[in-house]
Amino acid sequence: MDSKQKVRGFSCSIHQIGNLGLQLLWSLVHLLISIGYFVVAAAAAVESYLISSGLLTRYKVLNISKLKYLAIVIESDDAVQTSKVVQLLRWLEVMGVKRMCLYDAQGVLKKSKASIVKMLDNAVLFEELDEKDLLEKPKCMALEFASMSDGKEGVVKAANLLFAKYMELGNRDGLDDEFFTEAQVGEALRAVGCKGPEPDLLLVYAPVRCHLGFPAWRTRYTEIVHMGSLKSMRLGSLTKAIYKFTRVRQNYGK
Amino acid sequence: MRSCLFKVLCMGPIPTHFSFIMDGNRRYAKKMDMGEGAGHRAGFFALVSVLKYCYEVGVKYISVYAFSIDNFKRRPEEVKTIMDLILEKTEGLLEEGSIADQYGVRVYFVGNLKLLSEQVRIAAEKVMEATAHNTRCVLLICIAYTSCDEIVNSVRECCKDKMEEIEDEEGDDLVDIEKHMYMGVAPDPDILLRSSGEKRLSNYQLWQTTHCTLYSPTALWPEISLLHVVWGILKFQRSYAYFEKKKKKML
Repeated sequence: MDSKQKVRGFSCSIHQIGNLGLQLLWSLVHLLISIGYFVVAAAAAVESYLISSGLLTRYKVLNISKLKYLAIVIESDDAVQTSKVVQLLRWLEVMGVKRMCLYDAQGVLKKSKASIVKMLDNAVLFEELDEKDLLEKPKCMALEFASMSDGKEGVVKAANLLFAKYMELGNRDGLDDEFFTEAQVGEALRAVGCKGPEPDLLLVYAPVRCHLGFPAWRTRYTEIVHMGSLKSMRLGSLTKAIYKFTRVRQNYGK
Repeated sequence: MRSCLFKVLCMGPIPTHFSFIMDGNRRYAKKMDMGEGAGHRAGFFALVSVLKYCYEVGVKYISVYAFSIDNFKRRPEEVKTIMDLILEKTEGLLEEGSIADQYGVRVYFVGNLKLLSEQVRIAAEKVMEATAHNTRCVLLICIAYTSCDEIVNSVRECCKDKMEEIEDEEGDDLVDIEKHMYMGVAPDPDILLRSSGEKRLSNYQLWQTTHCTLYSPTALWPEISLLHVVWGILKFQRSYAYFEKKKKKML
């Protein structure tokens, strides 16, 4: 019995040492990855400087007409830095981007929308534009502010609206499947206030590349590019992201 | 070597659900000077390898974008080639020794299956029935699928339920909508890998990827290997604490 217990105890210790060794290896792998990311970030900072100082000439000419609508997703904890957000918008304005959506999941940007628009010289709220303004070439910057309530919750409101509309038609014999189409859902979303168009490009200023709940209905073919956190935003990186977008060719599934 | 690598990886969190957009089969065929259908076949072999790696490391749910509703717009010959391949491989899942058998995989075909030919639909239903008792892992094959169609279907099904409970004056809520999603049989993905370097989701799992790491390696789908799966898991591990904090805030 004694020797069996000793063997059991010994193999338990070996197992624990083995686990400790694996844990150390795992931590080492992640440490090496962090060092790698640091080096890449340093290289990106140098490249960004070269782009913004005009030394990398290929980024000087941007075919901005290809970017009809831009979305910017910002981590909510960073969205309180209104001055950084305004700086970002000023860079975009100089590049010629006129229509955009600012999104953060918790609606921090929505709460500061009035002060953001005030701090910019030539900006209006997207909802203040009428159909005629939307069709004409934009004279000023139009900003839309969105949050998670415009995403999944917006679809719920649209579903309730569609159901009420359907019941008004008076057909209680069973659901007419033909009534529920993508066009109907799209119209219902606009009716409940989720009006914005589908962005061509979505820039994510967050620790991770993720859309953080940007309205699903509007991101079918949107290019999603990770820019890093808002505190490390750079003009050169922004220019490069938009330049790369203008070179993308989409098949739309074909 | 692989099992040592997986033992090290398993010291950190492993994604519960790993999703894949299998992009680049046609470009691969062009690059390797192969016939068009050969690219999709090469893509299938890559899929089988990826499934094995994921199930061995402990991923429980895997979803793959096999065929989008938008893909029906392709040339009819190409659509037929892909559908024939899907039918052949779906029937293969019923055979003894298939990957479903080996790893105890429950298979779901997720999407607007009414858009498929009767042959493919019947084969899919047979596989779903035959693997319904498997509990170790889950494979969701998104076919005739788009997120927008999924949302419309969910809204329709919610309204159907409401019609049947017409005395109940309460409206739909988020739980009702999510219950009727095609992807409602699995938790939301933790990481989504789209091969060939494209940075868009192309109408795939837009609803489910709120807190999902998006990863776009430049390799074409048939070139996707163990290294890409491992790198994806490492990326997930790096963002795990961030997303856990986000999910707790939402509760």
